[in-house]
Order: sequence, then structure tokens, then C-alpha cells
Amino acid sequence: MIRKGYITAPLLGALWMVVLSVTIAVALSFATGDPFRPWIRGSLFWGAIAAIGAAEMAGPKSKGAQWGVLLALIGVSLTDYGPILRGAETGMVATVMCAVAVGVLFVWSIRQILTDVHLGQLTRHEFEAAVIRFLTGFGYIFFTAIVLIPFYVMVMTSLKNQSELMQNPLDFSIDLSKGTELLRSYDELFTQFNFGTYLMNSFFISVLTVFITLAFAIPGAYAVARLRFRGQAAFSRSILLIYMVPMIVLALPIYIAFSMTGLRNSFWGIVMIYPVTTIPVALYMLQGYFRGLPSEVEEAGLMDGLTRLAVIWKITLPLSLPALASVSLYVFMIAWNEFLLAFMLLDDPSKFTLTRGIASLNSSEIPRQHLMAGAVIATVPIMALFLGLERFMTKGLTAGSVKG
Amino acid sequence: MAEPQPPAGTGPLAKREARLAWGLLFPTITAVALVVVLPLLAIFWISFKPVELGDLRAPEVVLREDIRGDAEAVGDTPNIRYRLRNSSQEQPITGVTISDTLPEGLRVLELDERCTLSDRDLSCDLGDWEPGFRETLNIPVEVEQAYLTNGLRPQDSPATSTGTASNVLTNSTFTLENFARIFNGEEFFEVLWVTLFYTVFGTIGALLVGLFAALLLNKSFKGQGILRGLYLFPYVAPVIAVAFAWLILFDPFSGSANALLIKMGVTEQSINFFGERPLALIMVTVFEIWRYFPLSFLFILARMQSIDSDMYEAADMDGASPFQQFWYLSVPQLLGILSVLFLLRFIWTFNKFDDIFLLTGGNAGTRTLTVNVYEQAFAVSNIGAGAAVAVVIFGCLLAFSIFFLKYISREEGL
Repeated sequence: MIRKGYITAPLLGALWMVVLSVTIAVALSFATGDPFRPWIRGSLFWGAIAAIGAAEMAGPKSKGAQWGVLLALIGVSLTDYGPILRGAETGMVATVMCAVAVGVLFVWSIRQILTDVHLGQLTRHEFEAAVIRFLTGFGYIFFTAIVLIPFYVMVMTSLKNQSELMQNPLDFSIDLSKGTELLRSYDELFTQFNFGTYLMNSFFISVLTVFITLAFAIPGAYAVARLRFRGQAAFSRSILLIYMVPMIVLALPIYIAFSMTGLRNSFWGIVMIYPVTTIPVALYMLQGYFRGLPSEVEEAGLMDGLTRLAVIWKITLPLSLPALASVSLYVFMIAWNEFLLAFMLLDDPSKFTLTRGIASLNSSEIPRQHLMAGAVIATVPIMALFLGLERFMTKGLTAGSVKG
Repeated sequence: MAEPQPPAGTGPLAKREARLAWGLLFPTITAVALVVVLPLLAIFWISFKPVELGDLRAPEVVLREDIRGDAEAVGDTPNIRYRLRNSSQEQPITGVTISDTLPEGLRVLELDERCTLSDRDLSCDLGDWEPGFRETLNIPVEVEQAYLTNGLRPQDSPATSTGTASNVLTNSTFTLENFARIFNGEEFFEVLWVTLFYTVFGTIGALLVGLFAALLLNKSFKGQGILRGLYLFPYVAPVIAVAFAWLILFDPFSGSANALLIKMGVTEQSINFFGERPLALIMVTVFEIWRYFPLSFLFILARMQSIDSDMYEAADMDGASPFQQFWYLSVPQLLGILSVLFLLRFIWTFNKFDDIFLLTGGNAGTRTLTVNVYEQAFAVSNIGAGAAVAVVIFGCLLAFSIFFLKYISREEGL
């Protein structure tokens, strides 16, 4: 029953119009700060009608009809009975923009969704393909929105000031004429809140963690992957187990031990503890990679008189550079993002890492654009690193990172 | 002539290899033992101890020294005063002694009977102190010319004190009270229920959303790489940054989400997303799904791209519709990775602490077991109870792991 074109097309069209009108309303609200309100019943109605028009005339000959549907939709959207309603104070430009967006986006996308859908009986194939295209379109919008909105809010909040935020929490438009004044929060964080120091602390701790982790994990992973010894199987299993011990369970005794030995509140205490949390991950990832390397190359090296250690240094490591890059990136990310231990073990503001520094900004006396500016400062380097080295990162993530 | 036999036992080469292996593993084993195994044992020990946060600082003798009365002319008779105190209100200190060097030119007129003076070195044996004990020791002295010319005050030479206090962490007092306290009735079951809700729905939600995302990107088109990178953002960004971004977005007073909902007419009053009872738990679970769907997405996508496309072509020829292809071809192929992901993510979600701690601090009905460790140990200052919760967590984990190691095949390579 549902596979009749004259039911499928308006149904998908109606639902799609709801998706679009909600998306456009949210996007325009966030962009301009004015209230745009999707009218669900109106969207269902207009979507169904427009979809019939678009589906009936889909095809090369229907250029004129499409323009007709498009113009009709824009016209309807300009009235107070369109898919999206506006507040009384909304300006002319925003209204027109909204109407054009609704018309153009709907006609363009519904034509993609309803390719091959005509008003008669549809085959199962045609019907399901249309549904899948609908879901795909919805999926792209949905995921992009849920990923981008928090980051958008983060960046935009950091560029505003307290009174602007209080006045209209929805208004994320920024006034470019203010120039460098926009970056005031960042400036204050670096000049008054020591964020420069935190940045350096985080950077050094993360880099040291990477090196120490590799120094421990490379020999260990090699031994587990290549050498035969009693207890090898038990050992590789126990790596997995250790990998699963929650940090909070360990953090308590570590806190006590560090309090008693005076390592709490020190740079070196953190540098000592971070690598141990990452060694099991790194070892696990690397041993998987080492197993995949052909052992013949190494055996050739052994036959030619190299010792094992020389084989590792001269043959295995150069061959596994991509894996080392992935592991390093991943370990760097863990150390950079680590919060719990830094929060528990560091009290002295001059020794804070970035994450600890941001946690200290979370008080009612400090305006929240500072908090968000701190969040941006912590996020940007790791994102830049990640986007720049996405290839390695993706590989590293799949290799060992069910943890997190 | 003897038949050639394979060597029995381990030969010298095998031995050398094993030695090398242990040598290479030694640093890792030591480090892990120090930071994982030792703390685990410590947790078990502490969980049977009545330890409070304050007990971590051992009781000590607090000593202040000053001089009272005029000491400006020869013949003045001021008092040297030692104010002494046991820093702990609960623990006694035994065998307290203090010693000090008096400055030149102060003649001691009268000495407390517990003290001895040889030349200018004063030492007192003050015996055992009750918790919270205080005492003031006065030593009357007469000022001589040397004191005035030297200008050295009594407090210029710091007095030292000794005393032994038993540390609650190392003594032999044990108690089951910590466990009694955390298993105490309803609260424990609420925590357990919250943990289970969070873990089960967080894991399944992240898997399903990840599967959906993977299906979207399982085709090549322009911009696929960008979208893939974009969808990983929530996982890669520091948890503290995204948690605070969520908090600000959903703030009940000035959050954009509330402003949007009110202006759209969805709700009349602003909603306190992270502060109301059932909603807060749902929100932290949604946050968990949001933050970890990228991981399942990545794994599932990797597995999907390794499925042979011939199979789909054959199914197409046979007239299978797209949904049938998904259900009868893709799902069985993905079942392996899905179950592995489920088990691993289940354990990791169970262990999760930072997210809830940052979002709600365990308030409004979101206290999971891990947050409870922190809550008991630091908010209520009862380290012992915190350790007891940690032991419970570890027990659950052990059960999961045994199940996990039995269930997971090595072929999945995880």
C-alpha cells in the first residue's frame, strides 16, 4: 500500500520538509539570533504537496514545472502560513533568505530523493532506494549538526562578552567591526590566567609521555610479538586486562602514595604516571603491527650477523614508522586530553596542565567566555594535529583505541 | 648408529631468546607492577581500613616558640615560651621530645622537671600525648649582657621535636564498616541501577549511531574524507572542553538550547537538562553516545570496506532489495565486530568517570559506581569507603573480563 507512488512521494516529501524546516530554523536562529520557528503541520502539508509536484514532473522535460514549485514554495514561505514562522521583529532580509533557503533546498534535495519515483505502483527496489536516500540525507544533516553545534557554540561564546551573552543567548552573530576586541578572552587568559604556561606544561608533558611510552613499549611489544618464551600467551592476555582497569580505581592509591612521598603537585610526578597509563595501549597496538611484519627480513638480518637488538633498531623500527607515528599521535592525544589525574594530583596553579587549567576556570566568578576560550585553546592544537595527520590517526584509532 | 633425535627440553638458543624476551619486557613489567598491581593491592588493603582524608597527614607535634616579657636590660626576667600541640584530633603521639639551643646570655632560673639542660642545649621528654593535646612550657630566664650584645632571640634557633604516631594506613586496625556503609540499602542499588542504565544504553546507543554513520559514509564521494574527519571530532577533542561546551549549550538560565526551545514554542519554561532527576541521567547517556559514536563508526566502517562488493552485485542480480541486502548480507558480516565492540565498549563505559563528573558531578541521580569512588573518598572525605567502592568495581570488572576472554575469538584481532 505504502509502495504506491502517490503515497510514497508525499509521505517522504512531508517528512523531508519537517527535517529541512527544523534544520533551517535552527541554523538561522543560531546565525541571526532571531526566532525562527518550524511549523510542523504546515511543513507536513506543504512538503507533501510540493513533493507530488516535483515527483510527477521529475525528469528532463520538467524544468518549467520545477521552477513553478520552487517559486510557489518561496511565495508560501514569505507568508505567515509557510513551513517556517518568524517572530514579529525579524527583518526583511532574513525573511527572504529563509524563504529562498526553504524553496531552493527543498526542490533540489527532494528531486534527488525521489529520483525514479513516479506516481504509479513502485517496485520494492524503487521504494526502498527512495527511503534510503531520504535516510541518507537526514543522516548527513543530523550528524553534521550534532557534531558542529557544540563546537560552534564553544567558539562563538568565547568571542562574546558577558552582557551580549545574557541579552540573547541565541545570538551567535559576531560583530566584526570590533576587531581584536573579539579576542579579549584569549588575551586575558594568556596574560592574567597563565595559559601560556599551561600550554607549555601540557605540551612538554605530552611529548615526554610519548617518548617514555615508546621507550618502554617498543621492546616489550617486540618481545611479545616475536620472541618465544614461557608465559607469552598469558602475558599478551594480561596486557588486555590491564588495559581495562579503570583509572579511578588506581587514582586513589596513587593520590595517597603521591601525597605521602611529596610527588603530588609536581611536574615529574605527572610525567611518571602518564606513560604508565599509556604503555599497555601502545604495547598492544605495536605488537599487532610487529606481528604483521614479515619475519623473513629480520631472519635475514640475523643470518648476516646482526644481534637481535640491532635487528630491532635497523630493520624492525624503520619498517614500522607508520605504526610508530600512529601510536605516538594516539598517546599524545591521551596525554593531552587527560583530566582525572591532573585534576587530582595538581593543586599549584603554576604547574597546571591545560585541562587542569580549564577546570580551574569553572567557577561562578569567572565569566564563561573565558571558560570557552580555554576550551578552544585546548581543542585547537589536538584538532590541527588530527586533521593534519588524519591518515595515521584513523589507523591508530582503529588499531587499539577501543579505550577512552 | 643412534637415530638423530630432536633436542629434548629447551636448548641454549631457546634459553637465550627467552632471556632476551624477559630482558626486553622487564622495564614494562616493573612500571606496570608499580603503578597498576601495587595500587590494586593497596586498594584492597585500604578498603578494610577506617581511613579519612585527614588521616593521610600523619599526626605531628606543632611547636611555636617565643619570648614573653621585657628583655631589654640586664637583669630582666622574661619567659621563654614553647606552645605545643598534637596536630591530630584522633591519633595519639607517643614519646614526644623537643630540643632547642638557647641563645647566649640567658641564664635559666628554673627548669621544668621533664627537661634537662647541658650547657645551652635544652632537651625535654614530654611523654605520650592524647589526641588534641595542648601544652605550654614556660622557662623563666634572666637576661645577661651577652644576650643584649649578640641580639640573637630564642626563636632564631629553631626547636626540633620528635614523636611517633601510629599511621592508620599501616597499623593493624581493620574494619568492615566501609563495605557496610557502601552496601547500605537503597543508595547502593540506585548507584548500581544508574551505572547499568548508563552503561547499557550508552554502549548500545553509541553502537547504533556509529552503525548509521558508517552506513552513510560507506561509499566514495567527494568530501567523504572531510566528513569522516569531522565525525571524529567529538572523540578527539578533550573531554573537558566538550563537556563544558555542552553545559553552556544546555544551561537552564542562559543556554542557547533553552532559548531555542522557548522561542520555537516547544517548552514554556526553561528546562534544567543536567539538574532534573530522570533527565540528567538521559542527558549524560546522550553525551556518552555523542562522544563515543565516532569510535564504533570508525571500526564498523573499516570492517564494511573490507566486505567484498561482488556479493552485493550477486544479490542485486538475484533481486534482493537494499534493505534485504543490508539485513541478510551486511549484518551477518558485521556481527563479529559489533559484538567485540559491544563487549569492549561495555567495559569502558562502565569504567567511565570524567564525563559524568564534569557534567553533573554525580548529582541529580547520575551517580555511577566510578563517580561514587570520588564522592566517597573526596567529597565525604572517607578514603576507606571510596576504596571499598573501587573494590566492588574491580570485582565487576574481573567478572566481565573472564566472560570477555572466554567469548572473544582471537580472529577479530582485538
